[in-house]
Amino acid sequence: MERAKEVTKVQELVYELKVEQAMTRNVITVTPQTSMAEFREILRVNRISGTPVLENSELVGIISIEDLIKALANGELDATVGEKMTRNIKTLYADEPLVQAVSKFARYGFGRFPVIDRQGKLVGILTQGDIVKGLLKRLEIDYHEEEIHRYRASHIFEDIVADEAALLFRYNVIGQDFTRAGEAASSLKRTLSRLGIDPKIIRRVAIAAYEAEMNIVIFTDGGELVAEVRPERIKIEALDDGPGIPDIELAMQPGYSTAPEWVKEMGFGAGMGLPNIKACSDEMKLESTVGVGTRLEAIVYVEREEG
Amino acid sequence: MTLKEIANELALAVRTASDKLDVGVTGGYASDLLSRVMAKAQKGNIWVTLQSHPNIVAVAVLLDLAGIVVTEGREPEPDTVKRANEEGVPILTTPHSTFTIVGKLAQLGVPGVD
Repeated sequence: MERAKEVTKVQELVYELKVEQAMTRNVITVTPQTSMAEFREILRVNRISGTPVLENSELVGIISIEDLIKALANGELDATVGEKMTRNIKTLYADEPLVQAVSKFARYGFGRFPVIDRQGKLVGILTQGDIVKGLLKRLEIDYHEEEIHRYRASHIFEDIVADEAALLFRYNVIGQDFTRAGEAASSLKRTLSRLGIDPKIIRRVAIAAYEAEMNIVIFTDGGELVAEVRPERIKIEALDDGPGIPDIELAMQPGYSTAPEWVKEMGFGAGMGLPNIKACSDEMKLESTVGVGTRLEAIVYVEREEG
Repeated sequence: MTLKEIANELALAVRTASDKLDVGVTGGYASDLLSRVMAKAQKGNIWVTLQSHPNIVAVAVLLDLAGIVVTEGREPEPDTVKRANEEGVPILTTPHSTFTIVGKLAQLGVPGVD
């Protein structure tokens, strides 16, 4: 699954990156009058395998190491580049997406493409190695940015200087609104992920928060969900102003539900909410007064990794 | 097995988040009671249900489910579609019953969650 994700990322980058972001800008060029012997020296000194051929700043051809090998075999080192170069050149535009370059490399089998701007002026050269380098560079930047992002969030408690530190997240929950139900728990889950909290812990908190939120939606006119995050534990509080639970012990029994029939038809109110919260949390407290309101508290301990 | 392969094998219609089908499916769970799903379904599972209201998206997001199969020809509500696309949750539909779909998933080797 990770692998599939990476492939998708590279595909995405190939569309996103432009040729000019991967190409080599300082292009070494020769003229048609350059001899093949001089050309050989240029390749050797610069450790390259081909160059565009310019005449009066105009791109007139391309010459490669293959042309040199042919010339060597025929003893034609005195010949000029102009005589041996390929005149029918395929080029890339600097502002084209890299994916065009990839398909041209596949189609023509060339080792390099001169890159021109829309005025036809040579601005760079692109090899398959440049594409790989360009992609790696970009992936590294993205990765680095993600690392910085994660670092800041996940080490937040280490960066805070205080004898005691806690982060508080408060979400309003609208009663009887089944369309928006679950948004508070979803937002909390996303926030905890950004803080770099262990996914197993997040799952437990998310389930408890969702069930607590659903209870507010199903049974009350509204309330709030508060999450207090400390280095060692996460506490969720669900508060509402009524109607209250007459018999808490009964309400805690799996399968017991006072939800109306139409709510049950939607798949809610199966009498599993409170048992789910209890199962997901390390500590759970439920206080309720009929006509006044309910306060539910669930605590999940965060096991700190060594170091 | 990816969600895309399952969608092809079972001829499921992709209703939302068609760009999120390349995920591996870790197993399956079937229930129409959301609290049971919350308690049992695991990350990367495919969830088979009759429910089609927006809250199924919240459940899938909270549990990191691979996708939801809505059975018996039910169409996800417009709000459900909107939310699922926003959150990147694939919803697939089928005219078949939950029983039939779960049977086919089992034949494909998708393990159940107990």
